[in-house]
Amino acid sequence: MPYKLLIVDDSKLARMSAAKALNTLYPDWSRIEAANADEALSLAKQTAFDVALLDFNMPGRDGLELAAELLALHPSTPLAVVSANHQQEIVGRAREIGAVFLMKPLNEQALSAFLQDAVRRLEQAKA
Amino acid sequence: MTAGSAELLSELQLDALTELVNIGVSRAASSLREMVGSQVHLSVPNVSLESRAGAIAILAEREISNLVAVHQVFEGDITGRALLIFPETKSLELVRAITGGDLPLEDIIELEQEALAETGNILLNSCLATIANMLQRSLKMSLPEVLRGNAATFFSLAPPPEAGDVVMFLYINFAVRERDISGYIAMIMDLPSLTALTHLLDDFIRRATLNDSA
Repeated sequence: MPYKLLIVDDSKLARMSAAKALNTLYPDWSRIEAANADEALSLAKQTAFDVALLDFNMPGRDGLELAAELLALHPSTPLAVVSANHQQEIVGRAREIGAVFLMKPLNEQALSAFLQDAVRRLEQAKA
Repeated sequence: MTAGSAELLSELQLDALTELVNIGVSRAASSLREMVGSQVHLSVPNVSLESRAGAIAILAEREISNLVAVHQVFEGDITGRALLIFPETKSLELVRAITGGDLPLEDIIELEQEALAETGNILLNSCLATIANMLQRSLKMSLPEVLRGNAATFFSLAPPPEAGDVVMFLYINFAVRERDISGYIAMIMDLPSLTALTHLLDDFIRRATLNDSA
């Protein structure tokens, strides 16, 4: 069944690139976008979403802080924090929060693996 | 964004360039983290087109002390200079962090020049190689050179840009909080390289956004 993906990145190009990959992998899914953590949180309060991709290095709060806040609102949502900054503190913190860490530039293979797992978790939660 | 940026780069080109820099510097920070053994914090990168005087003013406003820079020239479809810059007072601390912290001060001072050059080499290469790969172009890098001075020294290196004073100036602050180390990465490019870069950015944007079948 089609789901809704939240894409948060301060780069418009990165959002466009993620949207392109989503369109190839799951053309029937819909998406909502935000350019920073504040926008994402206010969007998340108005519009339900199922899965989220969060950039790490953004002005204001970073993707890890946003992930923690989104999970406080919706604890079982599959989330990925996306960054080229793969320092162990950042990857480790993503895991502690309960988010997946994906490397930037985001490739379709890694996104596909994350979304497949997300679908499995969402289907399990419904069963 | 400055008025110059708006004239020479579209909003999406500037966005793409900032994202490339962000990815390049993030990879470089991961390399630095391995070298110093502590987390390296990065600011959100700021990319703007400035006159040389503007770039000097920006850095001089932030850093009033003497500075050290590791400088490398890159050549290819785009040509320019990349600099890793930090306050001179922090350079020994950086060397101490990299060498493990057990060496006596005289050994650290002796190693300083070589350690700074090698750190700069790893960071700048990591950053530029990532950017070059994403633009699908290769860049030839010169050997690193350690410079001491201030913003005016670093942004007025000979030979000056042939085609006017417009330079691309990008800066990102990195900090190792446990070690009181912080610094900047800057890149300078002249106008012909900037024109070449806009074409490479357009190709990059096309690849990132258009479906393969399109």
